[in-house]
Amino acid sequence: MTNAVLHVADVHKSFGGLHALSDIDLQVMEGTTHAIIGPNGAGKSTLLNVCIGRIPPDSGAVVFDGKVITGKRPHEINQMGIVRVFQTPEIFPDLTLLQNVMVPAFAKRDGAFTLNAFRGADRETEIRDEAEHWLADVGLAGYKDTLAASLSRGDKRRLELAMGLIQHPRLLLLDEPTAGMSRHDTNSTIDLLKKIKERGMTKVIIEHDMHVVFSLADRVTVLAQGRIIADGTPEEVRGSAVVQEAYLGGTHR
Amino acid sequence: MTALRNDLIYLVVFAVAVLAMPIWLAPFGAAYPDLMQKFAIYGIFAIGFNILFGMTGYLSFGHAAFLGVGSYAAVWSFKLLSMNVIPAIALAVLVSGLFAAAIGYISLRRSGIYFSILTLAFAQMSYNLAYSVFTPITNGETGLQLALNDPRVIDRALFADAPGIPRPNLFGIELGGYEAFYLCAVILILCFFVAMRIDRSPFGMMLKAIKSNQTRMAYTGFNTRPYTLSAFIISGIYAGIAGGLLAVTDPLAGAERMQWTASGEVVLMTILGGVGTLVGPVIGAVVIKYFENIFSAFHMAKLEDIFSFLPDGLESFVVSIVSPFVGEGWHLTLGIMFMLIVVFLPGGLMEGARRIRARFGGGRGTGSKAHSSNPAPAE
Ligand SMILES: Nc1ncnc2c1ncn2[C@@H]1O[C@H](COP(=O)(O)OP(=O)(O)OP(=O)(O)O)[C@@H](O)[C@H]1O
Ligand SMILES: [Mg+2]
Repeated sequence: MTNAVLHVADVHKSFGGLHALSDIDLQVMEGTTHAIIGPNGAGKSTLLNVCIGRIPPDSGAVVFDGKVITGKRPHEINQMGIVRVFQTPEIFPDLTLLQNVMVPAFAKRDGAFTLNAFRGADRETEIRDEAEHWLADVGLAGYKDTLAASLSRGDKRRLELAMGLIQHPRLLLLDEPTAGMSRHDTNSTIDLLKKIKERGMTKVIIEHDMHVVFSLADRVTVLAQGRIIADGTPEEVRGSAVVQEAYLGGTHR
Repeated sequence: MTALRNDLIYLVVFAVAVLAMPIWLAPFGAAYPDLMQKFAIYGIFAIGFNILFGMTGYLSFGHAAFLGVGSYAAVWSFKLLSMNVIPAIALAVLVSGLFAAAIGYISLRRSGIYFSILTLAFAQMSYNLAYSVFTPITNGETGLQLALNDPRVIDRALFADAPGIPRPNLFGIELGGYEAFYLCAVILILCFFVAMRIDRSPFGMMLKAIKSNQTRMAYTGFNTRPYTLSAFIISGIYAGIAGGLLAVTDPLAGAERMQWTASGEVVLMTILGGVGTLVGPVIGAVVIKYFENIFSAFHMAKLEDIFSFLPDGLESFVVSIVSPFVGEGWHLTLGIMFMLIVVFLPGGLMEGARRIRARFGGGRGTGSKAHSSNPAPAE
């Protein structure tokens, strides 16, 4: 039996009177791709926010690799090996694509703070080469010296994916990684994510696109109005009547 | 690597330009030591300020406090230890660094406008304290001066007393006009070199990433506070060095150096020259100090003299219009200059230079449009 990399234990979170998350209990197993689906406003992004320390839960805890991480600061959680790719791209718009990918590589190599002010960044050839490699993998090789601000939304997502992957996280949290991408780019992103899976990286992926979900996920959790309404293999979930009603049959485009 | 070679050329050109100031400033009537010292000193102040504001994105309105503290430290070193500038500058670095660490530690808990206001508040507090509680250290309104009977323990232990109040020296070389200028010039070049290294280093890249998207940095695994604090301390030390050099060229320290107008001036220098560029702040400092020197020198009689070719009625009319902009009123001219730059050249004079080069220079160096908003790689 494989062990759980991430255990979200009995988490509650409300915003004012709105129960964004209630009774959330969820385990993500080592090496799997775990999809979270659900209608808009179901609480999916909030769940990831709780995991990375952006939002403190009202009660419950998040356990990563056997250690409680609730209450830790975001950079500590990242340094432990959880990386998140955001729903609205979070990049460094004033830096070049290459620099955007080099920055997280420095965090991985040098830790949360290093005063390395006297060695030229140019001479960090290892980090530079690795950054170029990941840029190529997400299909942005030709643009390494352009400013990230000038990218399209879909390209920003691919850039952010490279920024996450270069850190070789234990757990990668992807919030709608293919939203805003063309069909072609979506497919190449799926291929890339499959390739990473072969290397054994554990992933949580939030997706509206069922094609992406069913081609990647080992396990699917369905969230609606802050509660888990179904949890199982893709086939089980697809067959479930509750899910059909709450999500797949109803509001899905 | 070519980037490395470009930086070397850049540094050499900068060094030559600074050292040759007495030659190329002569046609502008600015080639006398007192003024050139100011160019170099405020250049250092602005380069350091840009490390915090231009690279890291934190706008401090209180940096003159570090300038003032540096001056006091240097004068105390002259009084207590030695007239040699080395311990004076070393003490200025130490004291301004510690002072910046304390103020930065508190101010950096906030960002944006709240940070700016905190720094302003701290600087005004320092200014007021210099006139009240700290008068034993600052000598209040009179200002801290050298005296005949200062201890100068190191000097007294090593050399016989010369008559009169001694002047600051560098291992025996008295720092008169030109010597003092060249000392300031060499330190300016060193400071420029260090800023360039920081700019090109991974640390500099992190500072720019913080400026670009600070929250993202936390989710990327960085503890941003030590980065911003380091940038704050480094720029505080630059200000301290500048303050120390002011005391070297004129061994007298007064609290007016810490006033908010002085803090505002370095903001103007940096923006006028080009925020985030390496050499822009120096250019801004030179331009502002140059025009200050010209405009503040005018007075009524001189104006009447200049416009005497006009018919009487018109002359007094023109003089009455021009006079508010010169002499004491030179800040009005500075304000207008600043507004024009911000409105028409938001990237400062460096952007102006870049536009001119793009129009007339044609091909070279125009490969990527990135440069206009990202000054990191080339300038
Ligand atoms: N920081 C916040 N403050 C207040 N309310 C919030 C906050 N974050 C989320 N919410 C609310 O919580 C609910 C769940 O939001 P969440 O972003 O988690 O949904 P989601 O499942 O990711 O939806 P989508 O598919 O649209 O991204 C929404 O009603 C949202 O308005
Ligand atoms: Mg969401």
